[in-house]
Amino acid sequence: MTADATSAEARDTHPGGLAAVLRATEIDTRLLGMVGALALIWIGFHLYGAIVNGFGTFLTPRNLWNLSVQAASIGIMATGMVLVIVTRNIDLSVGSVLGVCAMAMAIMQVWVLPEMLGLGHPAIWVIAVLTGLATGTMIGAFHGYLIAYLQIPAFIVTLGGLLVWRGAAFFMARGETIAPVDSTFALLGGGPYGAIGAAGSWIVGLLACAAVVLLLLSARKQRRRFQFPLRPVWAEILLAVIGCAAIIGFVLTVNAYPWPIGIVRQFAERTGVAIPEGGLFISHGFAIPVLILMAVGIAMTVLITRTRFGRYVFAIGGNPEAAELAGINTRWVTLKIFALMGFLCGLSAAVASARLNSATNSLGSLDELYVIASAVIGGASLAGGIGTIYGAILGALVMQSLYSGMVLIGFDAAAQQIVVGTVLVVAVWIDQVYRRRTV
Amino acid sequence: MSTSSAATPLVEMRDISIAFGGVKAVDRASLELYPGEVVGLLGHNGAGKSTLIKILSGAYARDAGQIFIDGQEARIDNPRDAKAYGIETIYQTLALADNVDAASNLFLGRELLTAWGTLDDAAMESQARQVMGRLNPNFRRFKDPVKSLSGGQRQSVAIARAIHFNARILIMDEPTAALGPAETAQVGELIKQLKREGIGIFLISHDIHDVFDLADRVTVMKNGKVVGSARTSDVSKDDVLGMIILGKCPPGAIPGPGAAS
Ligand SMILES: Nc1ncnc2c1ncn2[C@@H]1O[C@H](COP(=O)(O)OP(=O)(O)OP(=O)(O)O)[C@@H](O)[C@H]1O
Ligand SMILES: [Mg+2]
Repeated sequence: MTADATSAEARDTHPGGLAAVLRATEIDTRLLGMVGALALIWIGFHLYGAIVNGFGTFLTPRNLWNLSVQAASIGIMATGMVLVIVTRNIDLSVGSVLGVCAMAMAIMQVWVLPEMLGLGHPAIWVIAVLTGLATGTMIGAFHGYLIAYLQIPAFIVTLGGLLVWRGAAFFMARGETIAPVDSTFALLGGGPYGAIGAAGSWIVGLLACAAVVLLLLSARKQRRRFQFPLRPVWAEILLAVIGCAAIIGFVLTVNAYPWPIGIVRQFAERTGVAIPEGGLFISHGFAIPVLILMAVGIAMTVLITRTRFGRYVFAIGGNPEAAELAGINTRWVTLKIFALMGFLCGLSAAVASARLNSATNSLGSLDELYVIASAVIGGASLAGGIGTIYGAILGALVMQSLYSGMVLIGFDAAAQQIVVGTVLVVAVWIDQVYRRRTV
Repeated sequence: MSTSSAATPLVEMRDISIAFGGVKAVDRASLELYPGEVVGLLGHNGAGKSTLIKILSGAYARDAGQIFIDGQEARIDNPRDAKAYGIETIYQTLALADNVDAASNLFLGRELLTAWGTLDDAAMESQARQVMGRLNPNFRRFKDPVKSLSGGQRQSVAIARAIHFNARILIMDEPTAALGPAETAQVGELIKQLKREGIGIFLISHDIHDVFDLADRVTVMKNGKVVGSARTSDVSKDDVLGMIILGKCPPGAIPGPGAAS
């Protein structure tokens, strides 16, 4: 072991280019590939705008901020889809379940609760959100029951669910659009007021940097305690620098996007602040939906890597029969996975309907495809047993970047569909090739 | 019969039957196992050995018959029930989750947790190193998914899992099929040691020499039926071969329902 460590140390003190850096830092090449693809998409769209329209609009704080907000809804659901796909299942119903949950929340806060509590009551948004989460969880658990205990294939159950819940969303409000949502609830969707501002963003960013450093240090301590080979110190420092730079870059970006003039004027009138010459620069900072996605990402990562439940999810995905023979209650685990997926649909519904400030019966249409594509592009294998949360979130960012970029440069819907479909197939093909070469 | 008067059997399977579609994989099979005893289960391919012991381990639900543990009728409907009775199994197919590492497989379903309720991977790995050291001292690859291990290494992981949790009844379905001579000898030693600790062992093997070395009694199956049982001291290897191939019960053995008349 120690011999191993010293030889690794010796090998890495003379880094011969990228390969040596990758080996020493143990950065997963898949992660690198995704970041590269993302950079390519961003720069590509920006240059396209710059060359064809005379100005690039993609790499602007405004667009990147919007991108982060738009990716949140899909990203939240994609983290749950990872678990579904890892266990060799699929969930085609997430978009429709989102629709029903959004309807339930809207009906609660627009029709039911104002009558009972009075308009603008501070508890309305809480009760509405809980209603949405409960609705999603129950629908998911019901799907899970049909799949795990009645042994109906997930593809069929959720294909049925796709139709049933879309229809249900229509019936709940007879096809009407329900608006506007509660004003506190609306903050969950972002917007100038639904963001935490410059100071708040710095606090979040610095906490995240501290967390990165602490994680690296504690991992190193663990490795030393069990005498596993250590990364060279320069590699640890490089990782810390890259991690913190990415976080700080994100903070700078969201802080560089100011409130629009109209909102600033409104705000100034309300608070009595005088607007100085040249305008008042008030940063958006991180949007609340983005913070929700981050929290979900962290919680789900802990869940699948550090808990029994997560271990069982992967064991079932690797070999369902072995998991059962090892004494795991595989049906119960499957039911819980689908219930969790439903819960995340409810959360995502809160974000999506808050952003729109309304619930329509078509909210979430086609989301299932984007969510599945995000998880798969992020490395979840449909053969089961493999998948990561960070991959799914990056996948959601890739999908949303493609989509927003095409809207920005004026591609029409038909061209968008062709591009998104092609990218999905090509991404999975590249993944297959990559896997064959590394495993 | 002489042994049954001495003590209550650890395990008694009585008139067990199971059919898959039209195939009677096991047909009115009965079997006993006493504490500290090794019973070899023999028979041609497809005789029903694995199916019979999978009923004991909770993997299959039987169509008919009863199981007694320590003389009490036992309810075994799934693998969790069997483990609760102290029955541990090394399956012929090994039953490992290929995408997770050796320690995770060893503790699958019985993970060690930290005070926070999270997985204690460090503790699991250190215990895994100890138990694997008993079986396969050269084994180093604790961090790799078991998919990337050799057949023998995988088998060692499956054996380690079965012996680590203080089994009272151990089922070994061809445990040495993929092992090299040194590792096979190690498993032989292990069986003798476990036997001294009073554990009852069902050993399924096609190697009749191994079975005669290790087993106190043998039971032979043919086409799902028990041909007969005998103490290894009362019969010769040729007698047992005759039971396996022809279904002919020699004088020293107790005939079962499958004995050719
Ligand atoms: N899950 C199953 N479904 C259908 N048939 C099965 C199943 N499991 C076993 N069988 C059948 O039951 C019979 C007994 O199989 P079993 O695996 O018990 O044989 P075995 O004695 O262990 O053979 P081997 O020495 O080859 O391991 C065979 O005819 C087999 O085809
Ligand atoms: Mg067998």
